Amino acid sequence: MRTEREQPWRYLAPAALLLGIVTVYPLAHVVWLSLERRSLLDPAPPSFTGLDNYARLAADERFWNALGNTAYFVAVSVSLELVLGLAFALALQRPFRGRAALYGIILLPWAVPTAVSARMWEWMFEPDIGVLNYVLGAQVNWLGSPAWALNAAVLMDVWKSTPFVALLLIAGLQSIPQDLYRAAAVDGASRWTVLRRITLPLLAPMILVALLFRTIDAFRVFDAIYVLTGGGPADSTETLSIYTYKMLFQSLEFGYGSALAVSVFACVALIAGAYVFLLRRILQ
Amino acid sequence: MRVLALALLAAYCLAPFLWQVVTSLKPAAELVSLPPLLPSRPSAEHYVAIFAGHPLARIVANSAIVAACTTALALALGALAAYALSMLRVRGRAAVLGVVLAISMFPPIATVSPLFLLLSALGLRDTLAALVLTYCTFSLPLAVWLLASFFDALPRELYVAARVDGCSALGALWRVVLPLAAPGMLAAALLVFIFAWNEFLFALAFTATEASRTLPVGIALFPGLHEVPYGEIAAASVVATLPVVALAFAFQRRIVEGLTAGAVKG
Repeated sequence: MRTEREQPWRYLAPAALLLGIVTVYPLAHVVWLSLERRSLLDPAPPSFTGLDNYARLAADERFWNALGNTAYFVAVSVSLELVLGLAFALALQRPFRGRAALYGIILLPWAVPTAVSARMWEWMFEPDIGVLNYVLGAQVNWLGSPAWALNAAVLMDVWKSTPFVALLLIAGLQSIPQDLYRAAAVDGASRWTVLRRITLPLLAPMILVALLFRTIDAFRVFDAIYVLTGGGPADSTETLSIYTYKMLFQSLEFGYGSALAVSVFACVALIAGAYVFLLRRILQ
Repeated sequence: MRVLALALLAAYCLAPFLWQVVTSLKPAAELVSLPPLLPSRPSAEHYVAIFAGHPLARIVANSAIVAACTTALALALGALAAYALSMLRVRGRAAVLGVVLAISMFPPIATVSPLFLLLSALGLRDTLAALVLTYCTFSLPLAVWLLASFFDALPRELYVAARVDGCSALGALWRVVLPLAAPGMLAAALLVFIFAWNEFLFALAFTATEASRTLPVGIALFPGLHEVPYGEIAAASVVATLPVVALAFAFQRRIVEGLTAGAVKG
């Protein structure tokens, strides 16, 4: 073999440089911005105000409302997606005719642009001439009532993301050694026992991975709600990303908006850290 | 039982989309009441309207350009980086992959304000280049992570043999590794393309006019004078969705492979 130095860092450099410009630098900058009073409406130069924005955040009821909405959205949609996704995965794991076509179909909700599915659901949620009330024979004001709107968004997210969870879990199921199932059959174990003693424990790492992806994705939810309700009615669907976006691009308060953005980042980092910790424990 | 469950699953996934197709074909007069569920006669009026009275063609072209450029850039730089990580035995490989994974979890809302200021300073607001550049936030980590896992599946002896035979390191990537990893490249390309085609937050924040507006934003901000033009929105939604639906059906195996490869490895 020739002794030419490979210098692998040269191959990493272009990607690293670009990622540095669009992620690492902005992340440092957003922390700095969050310590300033800066408004795009105000011609005065931005001034350094230390932790003032964070003090404002702690006392901001709208922030706590948004955090609560986000937590509700994450908890309800992710748990529904896990249960439904597991059911689908168990139904689909064994090969059958037409599985390829069905895979194409279950990729569909995932592949449709979220902003587009939001408009599809907006039309289905329409209270008077929408197909959902027609099919259910109900008179629910899905998007117009504060009690229902967030649940409507959950419903759409469950439709969109359950297939993704199912696909991950199918991959997890296929990696479980078949010998275990044969042995269990020989021992005369019931289906319930097999599920509880073999499938779920061995699937646990993959379940955690699916939960990690889904929790983080649901926590930063933006497109779906922005298009579906814009955060209304009466802020009842306003999540952290929506509130931050409005503060930045409608109120044009880049200082306080950046503090909100940092809070979203901190939450996501905490969630990811907790999952990685759990995953390590479980894999040991 | 099983067949019923599968049929239910297919209906669950398809129904909202099929309803959109039905809506897009209904004459305007029939949109304001239910029943009937199906149009008395299919009409193309909404499709004519969106292309005639609305800059939809321009918006479709914007989306296609942004998604194609994002994919090309992510694959080119991603393949180089993944090659270094898989074949060239870079030191600190695990740490690099960890950072890449961490970056892929960044909430886009966290970096949107500094990126907005950066793009304004560079005079790139409301350009397609701004989107291609900022989409690297998610496209590069995805490409690096996926391609590294696909390259890892190739025997390293192939690389060593190519070098012994006189290939440069770059030549070995181009002549040996890439052809063998073509299915992986395709899987990564499909995922990056679909993510770029669907992206919304950056496109909403950084575009202002039809010059650079992409389909998801165009549809979200679809203009309506008095009432929401549901028929036209439905037609535009079908147009926006068809490319990804076609990709999903044509390459479902590759997409599933890509979606699960990253997760299994992590």
